[in-house]
Amino acid sequence: MLKISNKEYVAMANTDIIIHDEKDNVGVVVIEKIIPNQDCNCWVMENDSSVQIQSKNEIPLGHKIAMTDFKEGDTIIKYGHDIGKVVKSIKKGEHVHVHNVKTKKW
Amino acid sequence: MKIPESFLGYKRENKRVGTRNHVVILPVDDISNACAEAVANNIKGTFAIPHAYGRLQFGADLELFFDTMIGTGKNPNVAACVVIGIEPKWTKKIVDAIATTGKPVEGFSIEGAGDIETIMKASRKAQEFSQWASEKQREECPLSDLWISVKCGESDTTSGMAANPAVGNLMDKLEPLGVHLCFGETSELTGAEKVCATRGATPEASDKFMKTWSDYNDFILKEATDDLSESQPTAGNIAGGLTTIEEKAFGNFQKIGSRKFIDVLTPAEEPKNGPGLYFMDTSSAAGECLTLQAAAGFNIHLFPTGQGNIIGNAIEPVVKLTGNPSTAVNMKEHIDLDVSKILKREMNMDQAGDELIKTTIRAASGRLTCAEVLGHKEFIMTKLYRSA
Repeated sequence: MLKISNKEYVAMANTDIIIHDEKDNVGVVVIEKIIPNQDCNCWVMENDSSVQIQSKNEIPLGHKIAMTDFKEGDTIIKYGHDIGKVVKSIKKGEHVHVHNVKTKKW
Repeated sequence: MKIPESFLGYKRENKRVGTRNHVVILPVDDISNACAEAVANNIKGTFAIPHAYGRLQFGADLELFFDTMIGTGKNPNVAACVVIGIEPKWTKKIVDAIATTGKPVEGFSIEGAGDIETIMKASRKAQEFSQWASEKQREECPLSDLWISVKCGESDTTSGMAANPAVGNLMDKLEPLGVHLCFGETSELTGAEKVCATRGATPEASDKFMKTWSDYNDFILKEATDDLSESQPTAGNIAGGLTTIEEKAFGNFQKIGSRKFIDVLTPAEEPKNGPGLYFMDTSSAAGECLTLQAAAGFNIHLFPTGQGNIIGNAIEPVVKLTGNPSTAVNMKEHIDLDVSKILKREMNMDQAGDELIKTTIRAASGRLTCAEVLGHKEFIMTKLYRSA
């Protein structure tokens, strides 16, 4: 279950990426886009913590970034749950989408 | 925020409450659309709900057709109803069932009379209904008279992050007040189905959900000619960053907050176990899903969108919200509530839920939604199989 802290948010360093759950291995870009080699601020919704990551690709709003290295067959975790399998190896900081991840359902 | 205790609604003869006061001209079948539209054109304060079916359907498909037509007429957002069909028998069946609510309803059949005479007779009745309904006044009603259905569309990753959990927050706050709630989209829970099943309030509800989902999934796998990646996620979903059906499903699932569902409804089935959250077996196509939920008696709909779905409904006002900042700007005439500040962390989910409650109550009390102002009156029948 997605949980978001109810406490008032204080103005802080811009958040570039939101991660739903601490178990997630991908984050979602929440600014218009991030560019290659950008140092990004990531906010983990579930436990209100912050991490940093450097991007390798340009990634648009709403698209996912790899928070770790993946090899073929690995599982992508988002919302703390399995959302598909890696079909082409992915490096930390790269764009995660239909070119390297596929459903396990059909 | 202290949640308001009431909204302004139309009290109906059967104790249900409408958020709208529609006088509807309901064609029974495809060939009666012209007549129904002519009546609606003659008589101000009415509108027709044309559709494509109603001939030679049989079995479960025919039953669903009747449930949808009758449920639409019975919905408390409909003050009065004129039913027009080619043949008297099916017309009467629909009229008699709508009449059990106690609302004014009258049927006309075209066969043997022709369009022009039917239009004249039905127009006289429609005029009477329109003037009668125009004197109805909104009265203060408790929030427990709200029956809220939800469905998301043109979703993207912002849906699961902002707009859908805002709906979930509203559910968490309103369910304890005795509101009826309904979510559906059987196919779009694929990938999250086991987690969803754990949200059954009873083992029976959980089992019923898993059976419903499995039946739907079996049907999809049987009919699919490819791996379905062309349809689920859609091209719009993919453009918005959604990669797989599982990711879409977990985002979708945020709409029910931390609620548990008390029962599983068949398409268009009216809930009978009192207030609480229900799951309805529906297609994930917005027009079909909303039409079924409205036919089950839900009187206001919440529709979170990411990339910008523009759907409305013939009888249920559709409140649209988005967490996508681009959609909120580029398609602002479609968006009743912008919760994109969640992405910038300038709004939290508690605040977004409160804003949505306020927007919902205003719409329920009469403020026209964007979809209504823009003329969206989608009414899409779910067809189970070919007609005879």
